[in-house]
Amino acid sequence: MSELLQFIISGVTVGAIYAAIALGFTLIYNATGVVNFAQGEFVVIGGMTAAALIGAGVPVPLAALLAVLAGTLAGVLLYRLAIKPARQAPLVSLIIITIGASIFIRGAMQTLFDKQIHRYDGFSGDAPLRFGGATILPQSLWIIAGSVAVFGFLAWFLNRTRAGRGIRATASNRLAAALVGINTGRAMNLSFAISAGIGALAGVLATPVTFTSYDAGVLMALKGFSATMLGGVGSPLGALAGGLLIGLIEATTAGYVSSDYKDAAAFVVILAVLFVRPQGLFGAKITERV
Amino acid sequence: MTKHAVAAGVSALALLTAAPALAEIKIGASLAVTGPAAFLGDPEAKTLEMLVEELNAAGGINGEQVELIVYDDGADPNKARTFATRLIEEDEVVAVIGGSSTGATMAMAPLFADYEIPFISLAGAVVIIDPVQEFVFKTPHTDRMACEKIFADITARGLSKVGLISGTDGFGASMREQCLAVAGDAGVEIVADESYGGSDSDMTPQLTNIAATDGIEAVVNPGFGQGPAVVTRNYAQLGIELPFYQSHGVASDEFIKLAGDAANGLRLPATPLLIPDQLSEDDPQREPVQGYIAAYQAKYGETPSTFGGYAFDAFHLLLDAIERAGSTDPVAIRDALEATSGMAGVTGVYSFSPEDHMGLDLSAFRMLEIRDGGWAAVE
Repeated sequence: MSELLQFIISGVTVGAIYAAIALGFTLIYNATGVVNFAQGEFVVIGGMTAAALIGAGVPVPLAALLAVLAGTLAGVLLYRLAIKPARQAPLVSLIIITIGASIFIRGAMQTLFDKQIHRYDGFSGDAPLRFGGATILPQSLWIIAGSVAVFGFLAWFLNRTRAGRGIRATASNRLAAALVGINTGRAMNLSFAISAGIGALAGVLATPVTFTSYDAGVLMALKGFSATMLGGVGSPLGALAGGLLIGLIEATTAGYVSSDYKDAAAFVVILAVLFVRPQGLFGAKITERV
Repeated sequence: MTKHAVAAGVSALALLTAAPALAEIKIGASLAVTGPAAFLGDPEAKTLEMLVEELNAAGGINGEQVELIVYDDGADPNKARTFATRLIEEDEVVAVIGGSSTGATMAMAPLFADYEIPFISLAGAVVIIDPVQEFVFKTPHTDRMACEKIFADITARGLSKVGLISGTDGFGASMREQCLAVAGDAGVEIVADESYGGSDSDMTPQLTNIAATDGIEAVVNPGFGQGPAVVTRNYAQLGIELPFYQSHGVASDEFIKLAGDAANGLRLPATPLLIPDQLSEDDPQREPVQGYIAAYQAKYGETPSTFGGYAFDAFHLLLDAIERAGSTDPVAIRDALEATSGMAGVTGVYSFSPEDHMGLDLSAFRMLEIRDGGWAAVE
């Protein structure tokens, strides 16, 4: 029984990391329809900046704040320098631009920081908490709390605020949104800023558990993207559920079947879900009217 | 005429006179200086450049200066093969060092038999020297030896039932296979066999299963990069008390930094490079190890890695062979190389023979234990 509990804890820990990364995808997608392949790099910017600052003796809360700001800044720059000049281009071109941006950011971080693997101590120490024969790291609780908080923020922001509704309107029809007086450029800029900030926050929270290095973003984005697809692109609830579900499938497969099939099992489930519900678990069904 | 122009003229003249007019010995290298295996190739290239500089400053070898030609193959076997061809045909080198990775090494290897040029690889896998190829040598010990060393330590502690948790990356997968292959002869039984992906962030399910295996007495983690550090942290998180072994793949201070206090008490086989101050006075490796560390630190301001050590040994083996051959004929160098006997490097003491082109035995590995965040030799 304590084994099952340990597997669940492991799954929730890893799942919360995936969810935190997946949540970053939602906002940009919601505003622009672009799947941002540089999202993993925002996570790394957060982690690397925090690691460098903490290593230099900056207090953890300040370092975390600065790291999130650095990520946000990177998001704004990505939008201003790469996406905005090409905003008339078809969606596919924009997505390819984000791939280019991710390669550029990786190279820049390699020179700006270094090629080493980094980590810093968990915010509440690294002594595991024990209950019911299983153990959990206090940092895992931080990650879970962070993901839930970001989820809550996004749900509130997208549905209850003028800026959030503006973002959704921009996504749904940019021309119509502009005609009813929504500043679509501002909405898109905002979505990049917040998405990147969320990504960096995920990096800041996860680094004590996952470690980080300049090239860690690719695989993080892959797992986060899988979670997004499973949950439904653009849905914060979907990102949260998708992330946790993938984490739990991986952990229980590794625990009960074989660790060799852990990744395969997660992808089989994703495929199966997408066959039945192409829009994902919580994605809105889109009907195109002609 | 300005001062600058005078200065430029003088320095140009200085360059002209400094350029050696005598014949040069050309040594080639194809290394993964950048790319995914840069952690191997970068210290290797730095080490070779440092050694050539030192050697030329001291007057070269047999009265001749040495020119080093390094190409960056990025661990890509295709590029490695192209560069090896270029080194042999265009640069006309007398010997080649390199192949940071096994893939690059194996892509280059057939060329050296064709052109009869000696080649010293810096890659790990046993396939490079088994079966023996006439012109191919290598300096690092194999993962098979790492398994044997670990198993010998386990049986010396009176234990025999071992659980493996291996990375699925090339290094982890290869070492896992070797460990499974030598387990029987070494007198240990593999009772659990789990794996994890290189970028996984939590291995507690696998470790939970291993810890729950009947009769398990020790755990071995063949792996590379951040995976073993995560495994080590999870091991401590779950409070597993069994003796824990890592591989030579993580033998660096970096690993202790990443794994933190959780690393205390674990053991791993490594080169003496990690314990320069603990080598006894009569240890033949004491002098090369301490000399290499001091020189590398003075030049680059960082401690050298195990991988740089492989390049250090390859270069000295080659120099020694050229000296003894007394000529720069590649075949004569090869013959001298094969006759190398009892040469102490930083990795181990090398003795080549027609049947053995790696020349190390298990004594090259030191069993180390991490104590209070530092390395300590296990007697």
